[in-house]
This record gives sequence, structure tokens and C-alpha cells, in this order.
Amino acid sequence: MTLPGDWEMVVGLEVHTELKTNTKMFCGCANSFGSQPNTNVCPVCLGLPGSLPVLNERAIEFAMAIGIALHCTIAPSTFHRKNYFYPDMPKDFQISQYDLPINSNGYLDLPDGSRISVERAHMEEDTGKSTHLGGSGRIHGADRSLVDYNRSGVPLVEIVSGPDIRNSAQARAYASELRGILIATGASDGRMEEGSMRIDANVSVRKPGKPFGTRCEIKNLNSLRSLQRAIDYEALRQIEVIEDGGVIRQETRHWDENTETTSTMRTKEEAEDYRYFREPDLVDLDPDQVWQDRVREAMGPMPAQRRRELVGRFSSPTDAQLDAIEVVIDLSLDRLVMTAIDEKVDPNLAVARAANELAGGLGGIANLTSDAFTTTLRMEEAGELSATQAKAVLGELLAAGGEPRAIAAAMGFEQLSSDSLGATIGELIAQHGDEWARYCEGDEKLAQFFIGLVMKLTKGQANGKAVIAELQKRR
Amino acid sequence: MTTAVAIAQRVQSGESSAVAELEVSLEVIRSRNEELNVFLHVDEDGARAMAKQVDHVVASGSNAGPLAGVPIAIKDNLCQTGVPTTCSSRILEGWRPPYNATVIERLVAAGAVPVGKTNLDEFAMGSSTENSAYGPTRNPLDPSRVPGGSSGGSAAAVAAGMTSIALGSDTGGSIRQPAALCGLVGVKPTYGLVSRYGLIAFASSLDQIGPLTKTVTDAALVLEVIAGHDPMDSTSLPEPAPSLMAHLNDGVAGKRVGLVRELIEGADEEVVASVHRAVDVLRDGGATIVELSIPELHLGLSAYYLIAPAEASSNLARYDGVRYGLRVDADDVAAMNEATRTMGFGAEVKRRIMLGTYALSAGYFDAYYGQALKVRTRMIEAFRSAYLEADLLIGATTPGVAFTFGSKTNDPMAMYLNDVFTIPTNLAGDPAVSVPFGTGEAGLPIGVQLLGPGRSEAMLLAAARVLEVGDGRS
Repeated sequence: MTLPGDWEMVVGLEVHTELKTNTKMFCGCANSFGSQPNTNVCPVCLGLPGSLPVLNERAIEFAMAIGIALHCTIAPSTFHRKNYFYPDMPKDFQISQYDLPINSNGYLDLPDGSRISVERAHMEEDTGKSTHLGGSGRIHGADRSLVDYNRSGVPLVEIVSGPDIRNSAQARAYASELRGILIATGASDGRMEEGSMRIDANVSVRKPGKPFGTRCEIKNLNSLRSLQRAIDYEALRQIEVIEDGGVIRQETRHWDENTETTSTMRTKEEAEDYRYFREPDLVDLDPDQVWQDRVREAMGPMPAQRRRELVGRFSSPTDAQLDAIEVVIDLSLDRLVMTAIDEKVDPNLAVARAANELAGGLGGIANLTSDAFTTTLRMEEAGELSATQAKAVLGELLAAGGEPRAIAAAMGFEQLSSDSLGATIGELIAQHGDEWARYCEGDEKLAQFFIGLVMKLTKGQANGKAVIAELQKRR
Repeated sequence: MTTAVAIAQRVQSGESSAVAELEVSLEVIRSRNEELNVFLHVDEDGARAMAKQVDHVVASGSNAGPLAGVPIAIKDNLCQTGVPTTCSSRILEGWRPPYNATVIERLVAAGAVPVGKTNLDEFAMGSSTENSAYGPTRNPLDPSRVPGGSSGGSAAAVAAGMTSIALGSDTGGSIRQPAALCGLVGVKPTYGLVSRYGLIAFASSLDQIGPLTKTVTDAALVLEVIAGHDPMDSTSLPEPAPSLMAHLNDGVAGKRVGLVRELIEGADEEVVASVHRAVDVLRDGGATIVELSIPELHLGLSAYYLIAPAEASSNLARYDGVRYGLRVDADDVAAMNEATRTMGFGAEVKRRIMLGTYALSAGYFDAYYGQALKVRTRMIEAFRSAYLEADLLIGATTPGVAFTFGSKTNDPMAMYLNDVFTIPTNLAGDPAVSVPFGTGEAGLPIGVQLLGPGRSEAMLLAAARVLEVGDGRS
């Protein structure tokens, strides 16, 4: 979307990601999504009187890995208390990093070549989760509120970008690339729908070369789509206000999925004074070089490098192929694809099957070995499976795992081997002598006629290329 | 005088039993608790079960631990599973912790028998135990006077002979001051020596748990049991408990003792005289005496009354009526929080929450809390310099003997000044011991304070032992 006139938008993103540790940030409770409410709790994460936090080492390692992937400086850091009252925050303060974060001054390069600065990536604890019942459905005016403290104390890293983003598509690309990095580091599963990755957007508008305008922070962005639409909406809203002679107030705004609009949550005047001070129950964090190096060495390649490697397997990739590669990288399917390509499978076929068939059945991706993927594609290339059959075999591999040849046999695909195909075509030539004669005289269109008949007889299980090969052999 | 050492020896040898020792303790509590208001809760059934367990261990021929069958009083800001824990506040009324403080775990493992929870100034904020929502505790030595505070209940329990030992907590003098006013030994350990896990926080960077006992030996024994690294407390020192009993009779020969001008300044004449006589005893024991001035100590009180309330304002935020303790219903959550806290907290707690909130507020942080942190750093450096000239320091614990009820309650500053000698060590994180030495007005006990650098408990207790003997106490 382009903004009217010569308006320019200025966007910075704050991305919260839950870390995939086994246990919570300051206690031994399980860090798992979807348990029965208030079952993963103890005196520490319930903030009971007398309890004390002890920092989770794995959480520090994930935070460092994120910092390394974002080219940050890892520095000695401290924890602070952010004080405010809220029922789902059991201590009525949140332990967070403030003026000395573990990671600072990094950047993230986007696929389009632009570079977005990362001001900091700091650690903090998550709060519990409130559900407001009846009445307005928000905390003010609900009949009853239920609180689940399972999420209380789950480790988070908050990644704060610089105000470098200039349009909503770039914001989306940043969030998407960051998500890939978080998944690649193993720090997060990047599931926005489960809240394990949450984004707030700071949006302002200005005329080129002018100082930054007053910004508004947009909350409740639960998908990349919402992110993009909310930023566009908000920039247009601000331009309208200014062009009508109004001024933008610094405030926090709520994105409404249904109306696709933002509305005021609280103004700057209503903002809390968090009274930050050093958390006296924790000691300073100063990971030594040996520990940092150990984390660095354990990290696999990041999406940008993996993208470069995959693109390098194509001599001159088309836009459609680049899009498919993007999907493959985004879904971390590139290991499967690269293995297949290394086994001489056509890169185009490997990427296409991954970006479509595998992407459609990600829930079962753990069932699919790279051997099985490679074997299926090679069978397709050898004409042992039609495209339709190969897709069906991949579907079955994702659903239940197994060995491609056995699955093909069980699905009755084997009878379409060249012998039975030859017999079928022989019968069809006998039945359609006129058409066969015209085909033999060079009317290539009739190849499609025979393919259609073969497909009809075999219920679409024949391999089109194999049919043509058989026809040409007999011509 | 019955000491923990003697009880444990009797129980382990079979001469007595844990159950019998407990009954002696319960009998004294029954006869004097109503008058003195020492225990907020006596856990008779729980204590009997633990005593029987100790006797069972002894009967089986095993060692029941260094505190075998010794009844102990627990300040009511320490969590014990299933036992009501109030911090002497209405806001925690009815709350029973689902877990044990680390010190409770260690005491029980050592054979001790916690008999109940003792009164304190609400959330340990006070110096007289007059700030309790459950009424003041009286000083067993003179019931018209306060026992000191905030660990006044624990001090009174030992002074009244209800138990031989007690646990208290010390944020600005809350163990040493009541120990002094009740004629007991009180130890504020090095910050991090004793785990704070399960101690309901007042000011996290200052709080330490420690013993109140009749003898120096008992103090060493209890401290050895409760000290040492705890993985549940990030600020816990990494090493195991120090060896204290083995060094009790090391004496002070060759030690340089610094008599600190600022630690006797403004104290009653009799108190100053006691300190000087204590200095003589140490000199007789072979110590060399150096007179020191540490002017930074004057800054302690004001820094403390910014740092401690600031931390408290945050630590006490969780008492919001949402999950446990008192709840006063209202129209919405914020109104319920406010109504609950208005009703649940006493005046002194509210005063400190407001002080602390103000000190941390935007626009005031640098001038108040930030400045106080700088003073704290200077205090630490000043002590470090002093310990280049002296191995340990000596001064008074309090300016005077136990005072009468109501004499300081209308003047917070007068009350706060009672902790002027004890506060600096909390700010520095260093250990200090108050040991009874001499008497003052109305024959009431005077406490002399020994201060040392971090981890110097063994040296301080050895010096305290010299004073104990020198005062003719054993």
C-alpha cells in the first residue's frame, strides 16, 4: 500500500517470544501450552510470600542464541522489577531487564536486502492469563474474571527493532524473518496463534526528511496479516487526523480483528509509572566468553544463509520458484529439500512438492524422513508414480509415516508400471484406430486424447509423461 | 539455665526425651503467653509429632542431629507448611503456606522442634513489636516495657524461658535490638549466609535470618545448622555452612578491635560504660584496641529509610486480595485491591509503602532511591577501609535499655533512631552480633555489638564468647 501524498510511515516493532525451555524462567514448573489451568504452578510462579526466583540457565542460552543470530552485543546485564498491579501478575511486579539488557545493538537483514536495526533483545517473565466472563468481556465491566497462572513465569525475550521500517510489507517481512530466526535457534516455536510470538507495532507518520511524528503503539496483533493491516490502517488514520488539522496523541491502541480498526486503550497521561528498580532477589548476569562460544557453536545456519544455499541450486530461479523457496525456508522444510536435491532430484520438483504438499500437512512432518521424501520424488521422476500418485504417497507419509514403495503398493499404484500401462495403451489403440492413424501422421494434439482415455481408465493414476513415452514408442 | 546444647545432649543420651522437653516448653508458654503475647500460634500437634519422630530416631540408635529435641520459636514471617503465617498483619489472616522455608527444613533435619510462630512488628517494620495487628508483646524482664523489635516475640520467647532458642530476621537490627533489650545473644549473619527462601520479604537486599539465644554457644550451634548454600536463593553464598562451634574458644588474642566513635555517640551513659568495659575485657583477652571514626555511619539511617521502604513497596504489592489472605470485596478489581490493602495493612506499613513508592517514582528516583544507593556504596567502602585498620569493630547495639510502651509510638523518628547503630551493617551486608554485657537503668540488660567483615561469624562469635565469660555469664 502506498500512502497518500508524500507521507512516509515510520514503524518499529516489539516482538515478544516465549522461550521453548522445559521449565519456567525462575522455577521448576513445566513450561507447556494447553495444560489444565493452574496445574503448572508452585510457590515461586504463584509469587507466594517468601518465595524467591532462580534464573533458568537454558533461558539464558536461548536469549544469547537470539542475540547472536541478530548480531547483537552480549553484555553483562541485570534484572529489574516493573511494578504495576494486575490480577494475572502474581507478585504485582514483572521481572524484566531494563537499562542493561543481555543483547543490544544488533540488526536483521531482510530478503529484499534492507537492514533493520535491533536496539535490544532482553529477557523477562510472562504473566498469567486472564479470561473475563460476562458483561463487557474486558477486565472493566466483566461479571467474573478467571486467572490461569500456568503461563506465569514462562521465559520471554522481547526484541525491539529500531524505527527503521518504512511500510507494512517490510514490517511483515521483518516479523516473518525474525520468526524464522527464532525457530532456527530453537528458542521458540514462533506460533502466533498460541501467543508464543506476540507483536506490538509503534507507528508514526511524517513528511520526508522531517523529524519523527508522535507514535502510537498498536497491541493485539495476532497474525502477520493483522500486523500488516493494522499498520496500514493506523498510518492512514494518523494522516487523516493531521490533514484535518488535528494532532496525534501518544497512546496505546487496540487492534480489533473484526472491525479491522484501532481504538484507544490508554493515553500517555494514563500510562503507569512502573517504578523500575534492580531486582534484589537476583544476581547480575554475566555469561563468560566460553559459555557464549558454546551457544554460538551449537547454533545451526540461520534462514538467510539457508535461503542463499537453496537459491544457489537454481540456475536462474523464476519469481514463482523464489516464492516457493520462501515458503520452504519459512516452514523449515529446506533440510528435506536439500537432501533430495543432493540425491539428484530436480530442485524445482523438490521445492514445489515441499511448498505445496508438505506445507499442507505440516502437522505430520515428524512422520516424514528425508529418505522417504527423496525416494517418493525419485519414483515420480522415474515415471513409477504419476504426479497425483506422488502427492497421494506424500500425503500418506505425512499422515502415518512409512516407506514410499510399500505405500505405493498398498495404494495399488504398482499396477501402473510400464507393463500394465503398455497393455492398456495397446487396447486403446485397437479401439481407436482412426485417431491412432492421425497421431502417427503427426497430429500431436491426439496425444492428449489418448492421455485422457488412459487417465479415465486408471482413475487418474497414470503418469502423463509415461503415457506419451509409450505412445511415441509405438508410433 | 537451659540451653539448646544441654537439651540436645539430654535427648540424644536418653536422659530426657524430645516429647518431655516439648512439654516443659508448652507448660511455660501456657503459663505466660497470655500475659506476654509472645506466640501468635502454638503448633502443639505438629510439634508433638516432630518430637515423637526425634524420639523414634534416638530409640533406633541413630543420631537425631545437633538440635535433637530442642524446641524452637519461629518468627511469624517464616513459612512453615500448614502452619498459619501472618507477619502480624491482618492482610495474611488465615493463610497457611504450602511449603517450608529452607531454615525450617534444616532445623527439622537437625532434630529441632518448631513449637509455634512468634509476634513481630507487622512485616518486620518496627523496633518494639508495638506495630503488630495482634497486639504488642511484653518484655519478660519487665512487662511494662517493650521487648524490642521487630523480632520481639522471638526474643521474649527465649527471655521468658518458653524455648531456649528462636529464629528472627534482621533487616535493620530486628534480631540484635530485641536481643539487646531482652538480654540475649542475637546474630545478624553475612548477607547470603542463610537462605532467605521462605522468609516473607520486607527489604530483600537487607533481610537476613539469624538466631536469638541465651548463650553464644547456642547461637553458633543454630547458625551452623541453618547456614550454607541453598539453590533456592540466588543471593545465597556458594559455600557450605562455616565451622563455628570449633572456633568458639579461639579468643581474641592478637585481634585488632576498633572502637567506633559513631557506634556509641548519643547512647546512654550506662550503655557507653558497658561498651568501654567490654573493650577492657577484650584487651585483657589479648586484643589491641584502636579508636576509629567512620563518619559515613551517620548517613545510614536516611539511606536505610529510602532503600528498605522502596523494596518493601514492591515486595508488599502482592497482597492484593486476589489469591490469598484478606479480601475486601468491591465493585471492580482495582477497588477491591484498594479496599483490601486499606483494611489489611497497619499505619506503619502504609507509611513505608508510601515512602518507598515515592522514592522510586519517576522524577524522584535519582534524588531519593538513586542517592541512597550511592550512600550505600560509600558505606560499604567505609567499612572496607575500617577493616584495614581493625579485624573487628565494637559499639553499642542500642542507645538505651528497653523502653516503656507508647514512649516512641507517636514519633516515628525517635523509634527509627533506636536502630541507628544496627542499620549500617545491613546496608554493608556484613555480619554483627549483639551480646549482653552489663546492665543499665532498672537493672535491665545492655547489648554490646561486635561487627566484622563478610564471613567473619566465627571470629565474631569467639569474641562474643570472651565477653560472655567476661561478663560472668558462664
